[in-house]
Amino acid sequence: MTSSLHYDAVVVGVGVAGLTAAIRLAEGGARVCVLAKGVGSTHLAPGTVDVLGYRPERVEHPAAALPEFVGAHPDHPYALIGPDAIAPALDRFAALIERGPQPGYRYTGGLDRNHLLPTAVGAIRPSALVPETMAAGDARSSVPVCVVGMRVLRDFHASLCAGNIRRAGIPARAVEVEIDVGRVEANSLGLARRFDDESFRAAFVGRLALLLRPGERVALPAVLGLRDPHGAWSDLQRRLGRAVFEVPTLPPSAPGMRVYNALVAALRAAGGRLVLGAEVLDVEREGDRVTGVRAHTSGHDTIYHAGWIVLATGGFASGGIELGSDWAASETILGLSLQGMPRPGEARFTADYFGHQPMAGVGVAVDSSLRARETENVYVAGAALPGAVPWREGSGQGIALATGHFAAQAVLEREGAAATA
Amino acid sequence: MIDDLFHERLRSSLDHCVKCTICETACPVANVTPLFPGPKYAGPQAERFRAHGQPADESSVDYCSGCGLCTMSCPQGVKIAELNAHARYAVKQRKGVPLRDRLIARPTVLGRLGTPVAPIANAMLKARPARVLAERVLGIHRDAPVPRFAGRRFRTWARRRQAPGVGTKIVYFHGCGTEYYEPDVGEKVVAVLEHNGYSVEIPEQDCCGLPLQSNGLFEDARKYVQRLARALAPHARDGTLIVGNATSCTLMLKREAREILGLEDDPDLALVSRQTYDICELLLELHDRGQLRTDFEPVEEVVAYHAPCQQQGHWIGKPALELLALVPGLDVRELDARCCGIAGTYGFKREKYQIAMDAGAELFNQVEASGARVVACDSETCRWQIEHGTRRPSVHPIELLHQAYRL
Repeated sequence: MTSSLHYDAVVVGVGVAGLTAAIRLAEGGARVCVLAKGVGSTHLAPGTVDVLGYRPERVEHPAAALPEFVGAHPDHPYALIGPDAIAPALDRFAALIERGPQPGYRYTGGLDRNHLLPTAVGAIRPSALVPETMAAGDARSSVPVCVVGMRVLRDFHASLCAGNIRRAGIPARAVEVEIDVGRVEANSLGLARRFDDESFRAAFVGRLALLLRPGERVALPAVLGLRDPHGAWSDLQRRLGRAVFEVPTLPPSAPGMRVYNALVAALRAAGGRLVLGAEVLDVEREGDRVTGVRAHTSGHDTIYHAGWIVLATGGFASGGIELGSDWAASETILGLSLQGMPRPGEARFTADYFGHQPMAGVGVAVDSSLRARETENVYVAGAALPGAVPWREGSGQGIALATGHFAAQAVLEREGAAATA
Repeated sequence: MIDDLFHERLRSSLDHCVKCTICETACPVANVTPLFPGPKYAGPQAERFRAHGQPADESSVDYCSGCGLCTMSCPQGVKIAELNAHARYAVKQRKGVPLRDRLIARPTVLGRLGTPVAPIANAMLKARPARVLAERVLGIHRDAPVPRFAGRRFRTWARRRQAPGVGTKIVYFHGCGTEYYEPDVGEKVVAVLEHNGYSVEIPEQDCCGLPLQSNGLFEDARKYVQRLARALAPHARDGTLIVGNATSCTLMLKREAREILGLEDDPDLALVSRQTYDICELLLELHDRGQLRTDFEPVEEVVAYHAPCQQQGHWIGKPALELLALVPGLDVRELDARCCGIAGTYGFKREKYQIAMDAGAELFNQVEASGARVVACDSETCRWQIEHGTRRPSVHPIELLHQAYRL
């Protein structure tokens, strides 16, 4: 027995691109179901929205740099959708977070100027839109930084972080706080849950306050709460009487989980469904039209029929695209044609690990509306798109948000056109 | 012993683990106790040692409650909970299974003993001295939310019932909770199915073996589930669907018995697995086809809904939410806390009761904050735990639909 359900649109993938597309579709009146094999990259990402950080020199003003960037990269997702499509998606995201389940938690910034924020190892990274809890870390400020480590959080190395911030020209030092969490080690998530608790914060401040020097701002690993991060962060600033900012951690990422929680809540509020654990295996078609996707559900498969499909399954890292042992790359659900593959005989990888890697720009071939070329009704968003190298450009979340939003708009416009006709 | 080839199949999934920690964010147990180091450590990481007979921490894996949220969250398809179930079995093979676990894993035995003497049994279960004694002697926590015997069996009602005999045939798999503790829920399931045009058959059936499996008694669990599959398979063979309200038990039939107990090749179970539906899954599909009756009368009530872990393991989302949204007047608040903590028999155990209560604390707080007077939830042991943790009644979603149909 195979189950069968009907929706206007099915979105495959529950990362930022998939959720953004699904929310926009649901808000546009479509009946939407999101299918995902597991939780997406939100839980691993730092929670900042990096739109354009390097070209390859560091970008100060993304809005000003984008027209030239897309001119030089005609195959880039930003070039396909046009740089003007980015700002509305960012505004939309900021609004969703602000009315999300985390009271008062908001993002700050935009395309005018990148924030320059320290990473977990203290390297300075440009981000357009960032959680308010991170903004005070901007490297343009010369206010000395005190990086606070916690012995229980073994994955955060305060002295390494402080050393690299110093190297960027900002006075910085590290301190370590002993705080009892009832176990010998905890990850960021475990600590974030603790920081939601006011009495825990009070005890923490009691230990930390003694170690701080006048005039320092405080860098903490991004563990300041999950349910109420704005409350936790404000409370720490008030108690310490100085600026406090979060520094992204190794996974799991509390700021990333806040994004996931807010987007899923927005999807629910807009009437969309989310089905986790349901791996999409293949599709049903009629000619160029995909009429449904077959998901692996326990016991029997379920066909999710839909008029529109948004593919937000990611690239190589997420399994949206695979490279076989025969060197053939393929899109894993529909077998869609790829673009950007090095030709036979050309180099696929180069020895410089962080250098230009020919395979990096491989993605599903789409037209300028992000529709997969061989299909009538499949749209592609996020890291499955070709032409971008997010880790070199500092563009991953920007692409996810902008193309997720754009793909949904494209669907809604065609749906609207069909309704008028 | 477990077939090596089968175990290898399960184990091969661990090579997909990229140590991303997403499973850690889903685990309700590791969140509240250092005794369980988390699914990544106890699962794929420790398995690499266990696979080669190297020393690995044995005690922690028993604290995995088997909820399966790690497997569902994993973006790489690693069978984390299933690997942990195997590791638990291996430890219990060596160290032995306590009498308590052998007892509470057999709802059939408990039900048959308790039902005829329900008033006395229920009084004992309420009496403090008896519970203290049971805790000391058996290790069942004195405050654990053990259910009350109904004093009658669902099957007795089912046998006496006058089936209408018209409509599409469907087989009802009611599970032990309905049989011994909540026969009224079973009666409502039958009424809702009949209202929607089904001719409900209730064949002779027994426990699915899930509690035995989760307590590491794989051999006994296999006997139970294979016997049940043999009883249900003749019906499934002609295309009839099997539907159940006990969401953990339908999941056992659909997937867990096949994956965890290595019964992928049992033809009866394969057939039953394909034909089995969770009741809300079935009704949502009916609604999708325009065949669900929607003659719902208003139910003026604020209801909180918790999708239990094992319901989530069906990988079908939360169909109950869609169904409850059809009832006029019903104000449903979805709770997003992961787990109530009970995990079948886990929270009954003396050494695990507090862990289960701590794991459920977030859910209990959300119920409190929701303003709901009633909590809807698809699994019976979870409902007992929610009632224990929130002092509010907890019902199966089907009970609310039954109420709205005014049957």
